[in-house]
Amino acid sequence: MTGFLTVPARIAVGLAVALAVVGCGGDDEPAGDASPGALSGDLTVFAAASLTEAFTQIGEEFGAANPGVAVTFNFAGSSTLAQQINEGAPADVFASANPANMQTVTDAGNAAGEPTTFARNQLVIAVAAGNPLGITGLADLADPDVKVALCAEQVPCGAAAQTALAAAGVELTPVTLEQDVRAALSKLTLGEVDAALVYRTDVAAVGSAVAGIDFPEAASAVNDYPIVVLADAPNPQAAAAFVAYVLASAGQAVLAQAGFQTL
Amino acid sequence: MTARRRPGSRAPLLLVVPAIAGLALLVLPLAGLLIRTPWSSLPQRLTAPGILDALRLSLLAATAATLLCLLLGVPLAWLLARARFPGRRVVRAMVTVPLVLPPVVGGVALLLVFGRRGIVGSWLAATFGITLPFTTAGVILAEAFVAMPFLVIAVEGALRGADPRYEEAAATLGASRWTSFRRVTLPLVAPGIAAGAVLCWARALGEFGATITFAGNFPGRTQTMPLAVYLALETDLEAAIVLSLILLVVSVTILASLRDRWLNSP
Repeated sequence: MTGFLTVPARIAVGLAVALAVVGCGGDDEPAGDASPGALSGDLTVFAAASLTEAFTQIGEEFGAANPGVAVTFNFAGSSTLAQQINEGAPADVFASANPANMQTVTDAGNAAGEPTTFARNQLVIAVAAGNPLGITGLADLADPDVKVALCAEQVPCGAAAQTALAAAGVELTPVTLEQDVRAALSKLTLGEVDAALVYRTDVAAVGSAVAGIDFPEAASAVNDYPIVVLADAPNPQAAAAFVAYVLASAGQAVLAQAGFQTL
Repeated sequence: MTARRRPGSRAPLLLVVPAIAGLALLVLPLAGLLIRTPWSSLPQRLTAPGILDALRLSLLAATAATLLCLLLGVPLAWLLARARFPGRRVVRAMVTVPLVLPPVVGGVALLLVFGRRGIVGSWLAATFGITLPFTTAGVILAEAFVAMPFLVIAVEGALRGADPRYEEAAATLGASRWTSFRRVTLPLVAPGIAAGAVLCWARALGEFGATITFAGNFPGRTQTMPLAVYLALETDLEAAIVLSLILLVVSVTILASLRDRWLNSP
């Protein structure tokens, strides 16, 4: 780490980093602020794929505030991450897109302490920009001429979709049951379907090509996102600091901007 | 030439050791599956709803894809091996594109061409009312796209190994090029075609990425076994293992019985 280095040494280290010889990670802060007890080392965060944009930004901000810490993310489906953790993957923090996958980790004794809910996510009807078919609610999706992509029931967005459809009393036959929420959304952005039930955050991440339509039954299928420090965390201090950062106002602001409901 | 084992000669260690290591690399993951198989609950898992549908669809789509590949791939291999035309090297490199392309990207590429807004897809829909995405035909197309290179490369290799003088002799006896292809070339390279077809079928059977991207996932229509395995993995590791084993056992049984038939035929 460069904290105690002189200016020429910092230039040398900077050069080394530029040459990709050493990956010190995020060393652009002024030297000398690494007081004893400051956080350092690598921090590995396993986070649900739907957190990709928000956590990447939180990671940058957290890294800027803690220049000694190099944050790396493993973004994937929550169930995949839970399996990896239970098979012994070296992770410090787990942020899941639903409580069920978090529970498989806590049940296996791999969490240090109780998980905390840090955000909530809600389904919307995603349609092409401008809503060419004039869809206003779930009932419109039952029209056989409207091609709909849902997530498979085995993944959180699919389970939430089934709950919402049941709450609305709407029966529909989708053309596909996708393996994750981004795959469902990409069927829409490619123009192969007319609508997809996805999370509001996914619509926010895709940008202006897609519009999200809120519907009242979504309230019955809100997804809680829990986060926890892992029992075998190689860097428990930094892990606790990261979780605290996500729960504090700075982290919550980033999550809100990404379309999450915050606490 | 027949391989004859001389007395006292042994396979050199330099070959045996890596061979065993290679075999271990291929077989150990299978052993991993077998260790975690929930044998006691196997019967009830085998009869779980949807499994037979997925298996039937897998076998049907992989077989149809292989037939499609034979129909298109054998002539393509012949062209690459026998015909002389400018840019042949480029064409040969293009044949391997699906091998290099991540299958999911292949699926997106297929959508861009054969999808609702694709160049060919929009024409098909407007002219014939045919849509390929989210249909069984779409599964077959995606599998054929990914699996065809295996057939073409195997058949081209066989054609290059076959002595062209037989074809020339047929030509001097008055056979047309088509007749000599049908009566001389095809029987000559039949083992190569069979090997290519087996590779092609096996690859099609295990296809996941292009299929789920292009054809989507709907039980009974586009959900093949690999897709069912992937989704089972989301919630139930043991169910995923059982599904994998079924796919494995069925495919190995079919391949082994076909092989016996070919070897026993005169």
